[in-house]
Amino acid sequence: MNQQPTKARLVLSDGKVFQGLSLGKTGATVGEVVFNTAMTGYQEILTDPSYHFQIITMTYPQIGNYGVNPTDFESRRIYASGFVIREYSPVVSNWQADRSLDDYLKHYDIVGISDLDTRALTRHIRDQGAQMGIITTEDTPVEELIARIQESPKLVGRNIVQEVTAAEPYDWPLNPVPPPEEPHPYRVAVYDFGIKFSILRILHDLGCTLRVFPAHTPAEEILAWEPDGIFLSNGPGDPEPVEKAVASVRKLLGKKPIFGICLGIQILGLALGGKTSKLKFGHHGANHPVKHLPTGKVEITSQNHGFVVDIDSLPKDDVKITHINLNDGTLEGFKHKSLRAFAVQYHPESAPGPHDSHYLFQQFIEDMK
Amino acid sequence: MPKRNDIKKILVIGSGPIVIGQACEFDYSGTQACNALREEGYSVCLINSNPATIMTDPEFSDRTYIEPLHVEAIEKIIEQERPDALLPTLGGQTSLNLAVELSEAGILEKYNVELIGANLETIQVAEDRELFRNAMKEIGMNVPDGGCVHTLEEAEALQERIGFPLIIRPAFTLGGIGGSVVYNMEEYVPAVQWGLSASPVSEVLIEQSVLGWKEYELEIMRDGADNFVIICSIENLDPMGVHTGDSVTVAPAQTLTDTEYQALRDAAKKITRRVGVETGGANIQFAVNPDNGDMVVIEMNPRVSRSSALASKATGFPIAKIAAKLAVGYRLDEITNDITRKTPACFEPSIDYVVVKVPRWDFEKFPGNDRRLNSQMKSVGEAMGIGRTFKEALGKTLRSLENGWSGFHANNMPDYREMSREALTDDLRFGTPDRLLKLWQAFSIGMTPEELFDITKIDIWFLQNLHQMYDFETYLATAAKTPEGIDTETLRRAKQLGFSDKHLGILMGADELSVREMRKNAGIVPSYKIVDTCAAEFESFTPYFYSTYDEENESIRSDRKKVIILGGGPNRIGQGIEFDYCCVHGILALKSLGIEAIMINCNPETVSTDYDVADKLYFEPLTYEDVLNIIELEKPDGIITQFGGQTPLKLAIPLEKAGVPFWGTSPDSIDLAEDRDRFGALLNKLGIPQPQGGTARSIEEALKVSERIGYPLMVRPSYVLGGRAMEIVYDQNGLKQYMTSAVTASEDHPVLLDRFLENAFEFDVDAICDGEHTEICGMMQHIEEAGVHSGDSMAVMPPYLLSMSQHEDLKEYTRQMAKALNVKGLINIQFAIIYDTIYVIEVNPRASRTVPFVSKVTGTPFAKLAVEVMSGKTLDEIGYTFNDRLPYVAVKESVFPFDRFEKADIFLRPEMRSTGEVMGISSNFGASVFKAFQATNVQIPKTGTVFISVNEGDRSRMLPIARELDKLGWKIMATRGNAEFMTTRGLPVKPVLKVSEGRPNIIDHIKNNEIDLIIKTPLGQRSRTDEYAIGWAAIKSRVAFITTLSAAEAILRGLRTYSRKPFEYKCLQEYYGK
Ligand SMILES: Nc1ncnc2c1ncn2[C@@H]1O[C@H](COP(=O)(O)OP(=O)(O)O)[C@@H](O)[C@H]1O
Ligand SMILES: Nc1ncnc2c1ncn2[C@@H]1O[C@H](COP(=O)(O)OP(=O)(O)O)[C@@H](O)[C@H]1O
Ligand SMILES: [Mg+2]
Ligand SMILES: [Mg+2]
Repeated sequence: MNQQPTKARLVLSDGKVFQGLSLGKTGATVGEVVFNTAMTGYQEILTDPSYHFQIITMTYPQIGNYGVNPTDFESRRIYASGFVIREYSPVVSNWQADRSLDDYLKHYDIVGISDLDTRALTRHIRDQGAQMGIITTEDTPVEELIARIQESPKLVGRNIVQEVTAAEPYDWPLNPVPPPEEPHPYRVAVYDFGIKFSILRILHDLGCTLRVFPAHTPAEEILAWEPDGIFLSNGPGDPEPVEKAVASVRKLLGKKPIFGICLGIQILGLALGGKTSKLKFGHHGANHPVKHLPTGKVEITSQNHGFVVDIDSLPKDDVKITHINLNDGTLEGFKHKSLRAFAVQYHPESAPGPHDSHYLFQQFIEDMK
Repeated sequence: MPKRNDIKKILVIGSGPIVIGQACEFDYSGTQACNALREEGYSVCLINSNPATIMTDPEFSDRTYIEPLHVEAIEKIIEQERPDALLPTLGGQTSLNLAVELSEAGILEKYNVELIGANLETIQVAEDRELFRNAMKEIGMNVPDGGCVHTLEEAEALQERIGFPLIIRPAFTLGGIGGSVVYNMEEYVPAVQWGLSASPVSEVLIEQSVLGWKEYELEIMRDGADNFVIICSIENLDPMGVHTGDSVTVAPAQTLTDTEYQALRDAAKKITRRVGVETGGANIQFAVNPDNGDMVVIEMNPRVSRSSALASKATGFPIAKIAAKLAVGYRLDEITNDITRKTPACFEPSIDYVVVKVPRWDFEKFPGNDRRLNSQMKSVGEAMGIGRTFKEALGKTLRSLENGWSGFHANNMPDYREMSREALTDDLRFGTPDRLLKLWQAFSIGMTPEELFDITKIDIWFLQNLHQMYDFETYLATAAKTPEGIDTETLRRAKQLGFSDKHLGILMGADELSVREMRKNAGIVPSYKIVDTCAAEFESFTPYFYSTYDEENESIRSDRKKVIILGGGPNRIGQGIEFDYCCVHGILALKSLGIEAIMINCNPETVSTDYDVADKLYFEPLTYEDVLNIIELEKPDGIITQFGGQTPLKLAIPLEKAGVPFWGTSPDSIDLAEDRDRFGALLNKLGIPQPQGGTARSIEEALKVSERIGYPLMVRPSYVLGGRAMEIVYDQNGLKQYMTSAVTASEDHPVLLDRFLENAFEFDVDAICDGEHTEICGMMQHIEEAGVHSGDSMAVMPPYLLSMSQHEDLKEYTRQMAKALNVKGLINIQFAIIYDTIYVIEVNPRASRTVPFVSKVTGTPFAKLAVEVMSGKTLDEIGYTFNDRLPYVAVKESVFPFDRFEKADIFLRPEMRSTGEVMGISSNFGASVFKAFQATNVQIPKTGTVFISVNEGDRSRMLPIARELDKLGWKIMATRGNAEFMTTRGLPVKPVLKVSEGRPNIIDHIKNNEIDLIIKTPLGQRSRTDEYAIGWAAIKSRVAFITTLSAAEAILRGLRTYSRKPFEYKCLQEYYGK
């Protein structure tokens, strides 16, 4: 604590500057600055491909307490482009941990910043909206940094799914495991827009044989694999430019049961003729109440999205709204009235977050029966 | 579902007197609940025996009964009131147990009262440890190996199967009473016996111990539609084995991965469903093995609790209020989150700060007892601190405790330096009230966090964080010695780590004030952040603030007229709920005067720290530094220091020096009343007698004073509350002994000596003064003679033995003193009368402990009037005059924590040791006394067996009591001397053996439940061991124990009334004729 730590700054595109200390790798990184209100689960959050191109601010101030462990990862690397926290814990306390968060960030070359007023930052984003920012440990003048932010590619209108999707189809589980006692009866073709492993783990545990396909895979190729159901994964960024996937899904509708999560609902929404738009600062956290309209029950959900399907844009005759967000009334889930297709905006696989919504996976299995 | 319309009137049962394990957090939840129910249009009928609560104020419910919490009384009230429903989940264990009793006795059914909030089965499954265990196994939850037993034989069989160490926990109890950890057979048998007697259903759970596992608690809520949310997770710094109420706790959990945390959440949901908590809040405790993450369930409480109060304060989520609404049919998603005003209450709070709670103990009052902590709660209060990090929050909490600590260090405490490594290690292993300072001490002798983990099993995360603080302190101490001193950046860092100015002063060899100046000159001032339930995701409207040294300040000063009220800090014996009562009334009064009311307090159990109460709440330590910081930001028109007990008074003079404007009595008057010499001079001038006295700063001075005034002497340190370290000494030896031990208790204040007035009647007078004119609020006569602390004695209002002229004299003296002290607001005076002389024992120029009692008895909110007076109104304008003709009698009786301290001296003394109070009210003295006694939760039957043992001096006065008891049909038992004395005077007495005389002796008779009442006055030093043993046996077997003849006489009058006809029960509203 007493050696001179390296200083770092976070500069937002509107010129606001936060001073702090360097965390993870030194250097600079640019991304959209968002905040996440989950109090646990930083490892899952960092490795969630949906955070590609984003700088994540954790509102919970003490991060790193339980280190990093070999099981709670959502992909093979860190996708977030930067990490912002109030206090980093060099102490690791958990029986599962095999390294510290700082080591982990360094290993994946992630630039982070700690020891700044993350609440002030959160309030700023809440009031001004999510915006681009840069974390840097360099002495570059602020104007230059803002210029750098301006030069760098933006989030809206850009297909960043292609940067995170699988290059080739692959089968899940990744590591060969002993064959299941009962054969996995459901073949699920998974569109990978940046999928979280937890989804695959759950589907696998429920008896699905899984093949993961790149986002640009044409519908025909999917059908050629003869799936019982099709899964549309979560993923980063703006759904609109992910045109190929939207087109494929349009073709697949009605052919096989479809289930989508997060970006998956947006792709499905677009395929059905709906529209998407960007939220002011998105939903990122693990405490959002979502009402399941058919039963009236409330689920506490894990959320991570900056875009949303406009609730009124969906064809009313074909689509039934099944879930809404109780905080702001935005769309959280719908199903097609006649075709077997449904999707939710939030994360029933949680990771991190409450497990209230696991029933949706079961529902998908029912659809495939 | 919206609210139910088929119920109109709801009965709420409060938690009764403040006891260890059940304190004013239930006033906080009960008050919230009553408000919430009335807001919804229900008529609320409340029963609570505790007059010091806010909830028993007549305006908080429609029908307020201050009556014993006994089935007998409650049945009568139900019969009179005919409520549609009973809500039992807000009055702690007491209310829950009563609901079970009422239900099982068929009373609820008879009068058609529906249990809402929790049904009988739910309560039983949760509280009956055996049913709970079985239920847990049924849903696949792990519980430690063990089982429930109802007899010693069963217990022995169980032990053989699972071995030692074992943990014993009785069913249907609170605060771990009757619980213990045992390591061998010798400890086992008595521990089981005690547990069996502590449990109202004679059931104890015996489990394999999981000492050293991490302990967690989840606060949950569920509604009638099965919506389920976690409000808060709490991690105990002290691992399993130390009761959660005695543990340092931290919210949220710090060392669980999301996977682990969600496993607890899933388990909590399953458990809640299985136990059947349909609506409301509950808490569930878990233990987690630090080596492999294994988890076991410890217990569930299907009600709001101490920890739910903490969770509410920690998150801003009002659990009790929401629980009340759920109980009447609302669903979580139908209720709005007050803080955001937009989002529903159906969510899980996300917090962006860390909350630390540290308990406060009063072991000093119970010398001879083991200070080690265990599964039985012994703390009497707690402080909570909020900071952006654990370290900051901890630093703030430690300085909130008001026990002389100024942070995480023991720099100025010689005791710690002298401790051997062995003694230190030994204490650390078990935990003691000062465990944290002992950890600091351990660091200072070079022990590492890893070593300390092996000893304490405190999670390494906490230990390392503490070590970081220690390290930084060392760095600061070194930097302070360099010519440049501590630079600005380091200073800011220190503040962010929660270091107080005082602590920094110690390191720099400077005083607090110069550190403050230096800090402010460097531009380092705190910012205030909002507690908003949502980590700033939504805009919030609730002005609930904590300080930190982060950049952005969110507390914006308004341009309204504003007044700050300083609260009472953590509860302790002598300063508890009564003072919070006054603060809350103060707030309400300010608000009704249109003045912005700003509250500062750090006690999470209180109503005053409900963010709904004041216009602005600062949850902050009540130290000079923290209070002045707020004052500098808010620039109030005044601060009020007379409501929070001794805590704010200690700050008055330094704050005045800092130029703070005061409302009410001036700090100089406070000093005048507290300063012996100045006050003595004043009384002399007024010609009011006081016991002869003097001041001493050394043994020599003390002996000189004693030569002048003679023995017996009443000795005490100055500036204390609740008679801390106050004693009667009878000779030189006693005085010498006292002077050597009291010096530590007095810090830099001198010792006061007074002539002790023997056999004097004591009176308490509360009055209000507008600077000119004084009116009496109430006069109380103590039943016990002077020498028993006013906070411990029974008191009657109006007085029953007072001549007209004495009455007038008391009033006149009160007026003169109030005027002379220039009191603006409340004043409390204690008098003692011997023969015809009235002496002044003490003057407190502030709201006293008796204000709520007096307010309740008279139906006049005196704290409110006091604020009006302070605001500049005259008593004339307010229109208050004293009415000394009450058509009823009220008796206050005290409740003691002796059941937690095996070696407690149960004879009452000038040092206050009671934790709470109850009130009995009726049209006559006898019934009121008896009701008050019943309300302390000891039963006296109409007839039975009484054991009488008094010292020689008391015998003649005892005789008529014995005769009367005999006439009422009581059998009398006594040991030789007393037996002979009574037999020779014609009373039938059964002699029993003293402890030293063989078996079966008196202890055996008590244990065999053959005795229903004990009247015993102290027999002197030689009999101490016997007396301790009898006292402890009586407490364990819950036998009524009376230690003074005056109390015995009073109780006798009660018994007489009780045996003649059933008591009447009336609500306050009726007494007041409203
Ligand atoms: N099996 C056990 N092993 C070790 N300690 C235990 C065990 N069970 C309970 N405890 C300790 O005893 C304390 C009191 O037990 P608990 O059931 O919570 O009683 P209460 O009803 O008084 O809260 C707990 O807080 C915990 O520290
Ligand atoms: N001179 C005295 N003679 C007899 N009893 C006394 C005397 N002084 C104090 N007491 C007893 O001690 C109790 C506590 O003393 P008090 O001065 O009121 O202390 P505190 O500040 O704790 O209220 C009183 O309630 C009274 O019963
Ligand atoms: Mg407990
Ligand atoms: Mg007193």
